[in-house]
Amino acid sequence: MKARVTVYPRREVLDPQGMAIRNALGRLGFEGVEDVRAGKSFEIDLEARSSEQAAERLRAMCEKLLANTVVEDYSIEVLG
Amino acid sequence: MRCGVVMFPGSNCDHDVYHVLKHVLGQDATFLWHQGTRLQGCELVVLPGGFSYGDYLRGGALAAHSPMMAAVRRHAEAGGLVLGICNGFQILLEAGLLSGAMRHNRTLRFECRDAYVRVERTDTPFTHRYRTGQVLRLPIAHAEGNYEDTEEALDKLEAANGVVFRYVSPEGELDDAWNVNGSARAIAGVTNEAGNVLGMMPHPERCSEEILGNADGLALFEAAVEGAVADRLTA
Repeated sequence: MKARVTVYPRREVLDPQGMAIRNALGRLGFEGVEDVRAGKSFEIDLEARSSEQAAERLRAMCEKLLANTVVEDYSIEVLG
Repeated sequence: MRCGVVMFPGSNCDHDVYHVLKHVLGQDATFLWHQGTRLQGCELVVLPGGFSYGDYLRGGALAAHSPMMAAVRRHAEAGGLVLGICNGFQILLEAGLLSGAMRHNRTLRFECRDAYVRVERTDTPFTHRYRTGQVLRLPIAHAEGNYEDTEEALDKLEAANGVVFRYVSPEGELDDAWNVNGSARAIAGVTNEAGNVLGMMPHPERCSEEILGNADGLALFEAAVEGAVADRLTA
């Protein structure tokens, strides 16, 4: 089963990379870019009996390794 | 005293720490490979600076789950001394042995220069040779040393007196301009509740000999070595 996990800095946490990218977009003439969050994306191929079971395993992976939940949020998309 | 310096793939301050312990302080120092599972009788375990596992995923995230870290965790839980410097501090955070997390420096740059830190606590095995409020000049060299945690967690850390070092001006004043990486509450080093695990971003091993122009870091290693000996005598 294929899935995509995305990890982003939490809203309340300063994201210096996102800010730098937003500023660079402004310099390039892209007006009105109010916010950019820079994160990571993981494409994961895993064995699972159902989408629910895949999501459960992916949640455990996020909590244990893929995200640092002190400063990051994650979201899981099971693509089937 | 037997001291172990853990070597991860990508550690680069391991030999500096070993040198201070072995040649400057005359201790029985050894390297501990990250794939090992035994501390070989070490009473003080140091996680050195560097770029363990190439900083893949997050600084320290992969090293935190290496086989040797299970032994380090047992050692810490039994009250043994553990010191994490720079990447070693990041590893302790990722392993959950200390609270908090690291973000990119506020400046977005790798900061490599001297920083001034104030000693907030001298009742730990690592800092009892300093004076409370003493200002140390210690080198920093990191891109991700911007200490973060939730406000509640920071309050809890402060209430437990967990902050050991803060970035300050050379005169010892809290001043945002001297907070080199933007750390919450200018935190440069923290300890756990029992005080036997210390994580710090600055590098005391790079300033432990007068010939290098600065020996402010030496008393930290002297204290740790003494602290471990004292623990053994009272055990």
